[in-house]
Amino acid sequence: MKTYPFIIELLQIAILLGVSPALTGWVRMMKCWTQGRTSPGLLQPYRDIMKLFSKDVVLADNASWIFRFTPYLVFGTAVLAGGVIPMLSIDLPIASTADVIVIVALFAIARFFTALAGMDIGTAFGGMGSSREMTIASLAEPAMLMAIFTVSLASKSTSLSQMVHVIYSGHSLFRPSLAFAMIAFVLIALAETGRIPVDNPATHLELTMIHEAMILEYSGRHLALIEWAGMMKLFLFASLGIATFAPWGIASAGDIGFVPASFLIMMLKLGAAGAGLVLIETGLAKMRIFRLTEFLGSAFLLATLGMLSFFILE
Amino acid sequence: MNINIASQINSFLAALVLLTAFGMLVQRRMYGLVHLFAWQGLFLSLNTAIVGFVADRHHLYISSVLTLTLKVILLPYILHVLIQRLKVHKEVETVVNIPMTMLIGIALVIFSYHLMAPVRELSTLVTRSTLAVALATVMIGLLMMITRKHAVTQIIGFLAMENGLFFAATSATYGMPLVVELGVALDILIAAFIFGIFFFHIHTTFDSLDVEKMARLKEED
Amino acid sequence: MLLVLLLVPLVASVILAFVGDRKFAPEINIMGSAATFAAGAGLAVQVYMEGPMLAGGKFFFVDAFNVYLSVLTSFVSMTTAVFSRRYMRKEREHGRVGHIRMRFYHAMFQLFIFAMLLCLLTNNVGVLWIAMELATLSTVLLVSLYRTPTAIEAAWKYFILCGVGIAQALFGTVLLYFAAEKVLGEGGEALLWTNLSRISPELEPTVLSLAFVFLMVGYGTKVGLVPLHNWLPDAHSEGPTPISAVLSGLLLNIALYALVRCKVLVDGATGTHHAGNIMMGFGLLSILVAAFSLLRQKDIKRMFSYSSIEHMGIATFAFGLGGPVATFGALLHMLVHSLAKSSIFFTVGHASQMHRTQEMDRIRGLFRGNPLVGWGLMLGVMAIVGMPPFGIFTSEFLILTATMKDAPLLTPFLLLGLAVAFAALFRRVQSMVAGDVPSYQKPMKAAHVPVLLHMALVLVLGIYMPDFLNKWFHTAVELLK
Repeated sequence: MKTYPFIIELLQIAILLGVSPALTGWVRMMKCWTQGRTSPGLLQPYRDIMKLFSKDVVLADNASWIFRFTPYLVFGTAVLAGGVIPMLSIDLPIASTADVIVIVALFAIARFFTALAGMDIGTAFGGMGSSREMTIASLAEPAMLMAIFTVSLASKSTSLSQMVHVIYSGHSLFRPSLAFAMIAFVLIALAETGRIPVDNPATHLELTMIHEAMILEYSGRHLALIEWAGMMKLFLFASLGIATFAPWGIASAGDIGFVPASFLIMMLKLGAAGAGLVLIETGLAKMRIFRLTEFLGSAFLLATLGMLSFFILE
Repeated sequence: MNINIASQINSFLAALVLLTAFGMLVQRRMYGLVHLFAWQGLFLSLNTAIVGFVADRHHLYISSVLTLTLKVILLPYILHVLIQRLKVHKEVETVVNIPMTMLIGIALVIFSYHLMAPVRELSTLVTRSTLAVALATVMIGLLMMITRKHAVTQIIGFLAMENGLFFAATSATYGMPLVVELGVALDILIAAFIFGIFFFHIHTTFDSLDVEKMARLKEED
Repeated sequence: MLLVLLLVPLVASVILAFVGDRKFAPEINIMGSAATFAAGAGLAVQVYMEGPMLAGGKFFFVDAFNVYLSVLTSFVSMTTAVFSRRYMRKEREHGRVGHIRMRFYHAMFQLFIFAMLLCLLTNNVGVLWIAMELATLSTVLLVSLYRTPTAIEAAWKYFILCGVGIAQALFGTVLLYFAAEKVLGEGGEALLWTNLSRISPELEPTVLSLAFVFLMVGYGTKVGLVPLHNWLPDAHSEGPTPISAVLSGLLLNIALYALVRCKVLVDGATGTHHAGNIMMGFGLLSILVAAFSLLRQKDIKRMFSYSSIEHMGIATFAFGLGGPVATFGALLHMLVHSLAKSSIFFTVGHASQMHRTQEMDRIRGLFRGNPLVGWGLMLGVMAIVGMPPFGIFTSEFLILTATMKDAPLLTPFLLLGLAVAFAALFRRVQSMVAGDVPSYQKPMKAAHVPVLLHMALVLVLGIYMPDFLNKWFHTAVELLK
């Protein structure tokens, strides 16, 4: 049994934990620039998390174990997902036991518990946030699966490593199915990570908030974990998108010497993804919640069109 | 340009045509619709030119230029002017149940694929797989004419359907004979003048371009 | 002679566009149509003497099937032009149309005739489609000539629904070309009907059956077959009556002609009765739905439009049934229905002008008010419901006999449809022709030549079949087998 895949695995998780706040910081910084404000700097998210860890937890009297357990679970699923998505190399031990459907399921578990925790205390905002979150989820998840199945069809596998490998070495330049799936994926990723135009991560305005409403009662290290997990989720979606639609630069199996280079390439691509996100967020206004069905409906449509064009055109 | 890449570009353009068809199905704004229609025409025209190049059929270049002038420049321009003159550019159509319309659209795509499967089997052309997309474009245009209630939108649906037919001819047989292509283009041009006149008639008579208002002729019991 | 036949209406259309609404414009219109008819008759003589022929570099062709339809088309358009002279003058007096619209009306009328003749005479299946679309487009604005809300609505419906329908037919034509190209090679040759019918057994059957479905929906919309008939009663009832007469009497025939041409190819390729069955289904449905709709009508022109749907259903059904007797019956039916229906519309037009309404409840006492209109309408209805000795009786009898032999189970349905239509039309017409002259009825001079001529022809065709027609029909039956 070779050991270096395990090393890469650990390295990946370390990068996930370490770099994800920086990605969020990068996005916020760019957003400040585009809006002509001074930014708090790339490292502000780290400081936020540190500060939250040092604070005491304030728990409501009627908080049950679900409320206390949820932050750890959310954090844990994010870390686990980080072990499955190929970022540096496709040679990952966990990736061979878990495919892309598992990733979707991991996110679903995290969301399910967050929603439960939101309702656990019994405040109005928590319940409202949970209900909205589940509404979005019920629309986003089918679309997400549809987009991913399209890629799976094109690469004839649901294993992410395999998908990366096939798409990387594929000869086709223009694949309409992948293009459709990618646009769909971007739309869904915006919804799943709670960005504009679906949700605004920077607001606590009661009428519009979704994700923030659910975690309004959290404090101290619990909040730190959830915030961190949120940053990781953004990071994970970005790297999932990179792995499935732009896998150039990810080291293939056994090619350990390429790993440092692929780390650099990954950083560049993440930076570009962040810039893209900022462009979208500054260019669009947040939608009314009732129009989200149309937004996610078009994501579903695009994903389905991708799948159909795989059958029809390829 | 080698054949393989050309056929990939072709499929890609076909996918874009389909995408614009769906875009028109759900677009509410008048100008947005006209622009989408122009884009669809542009993709078609490019597609035709590439097919002409790959298959070495020079008459397709003529069709391509014809599409470009007629469907990308002339018709959108006419529609633009009409929309401006009739002052309907601010009208936002109330479209009922967009998700449902989209699902029907998807079903139509699958249906067309199924219907065209035998033809695809028999064909040996590079473009054979885009025939299903062409039929789907026709069907979606049809769906648009059924679901929309605005005269301008219905006409755009009609023209989109015509686009689909043109596309079908290109992908099934590398284009119809030139006489027929020219004749069809002439018919579309005449149709354009007629609907232009019609918009004014409807507008002056009903004070609106909402087709729903025209409901006097019904079977009385 | 063939090219002359096509050129005359085209030239007449251009001339009339320039002449505009002068005093003699209707006379030019009549002269143009008469010249067209003369050319048509000349062509008929030529075909009778020399047999089928090609012209214009294989681009046009005449055989026994389309020659009689061309003569019919040019004849009815001539009589309609005669009728429209007096009718439109009256409409102008009533202030329903002005200068520009009259110019437009005359030019478009001739263009419409041209489009129909092009449909009939072209050898190219693609051009057939184009001409059909042209025929639609040239009549759309004629239907909305009066600019009333209902007329605009009817024309819009006509434009949209026929546009949609005819688009399907183009798709079918593309598929047809796809199949033909494999056998004949690409280029214009592969769409020529004469080539296609020669090689039809070699065409790919699956593609052709698929193509036929699209062609059926497309041309079927123009024939006005149920459930694609929605536009027809509106368009036929809201336009000026001469237009109703040519739409009902001619355009429906042309669409059916296109459909039958396609059916022959499909039958040749598949060797089954697939296409025929589809046509029979549509036909029978049209007969029944139209017959029952007839019962509910209040508007006189609308009622006769439904009657047109019913008769087109009968002809479609008969063509679908196939076999020598049924096809012979269908060919004859197209001829006599066209003559009888346009004559009915002539009288209906005068009747509604006399009463200034199209509502049947207000039309009374035609026998006394204007015997020609009254008796014309009465005899026309008697002919159209299939009473002997008129020609429609003969054709319907032939079709019924063939049905009893080949598809006995469908006979009761056919009979039911005919009986209901008979009852519905008769009930209505009696109240209109009999009785006293109401106070609001205005006397007027009717155009009697067209009505008398048509009715005489229908009557003659019921009693005696001329030799040349008999020969053509038999050749056509062979052709369509």
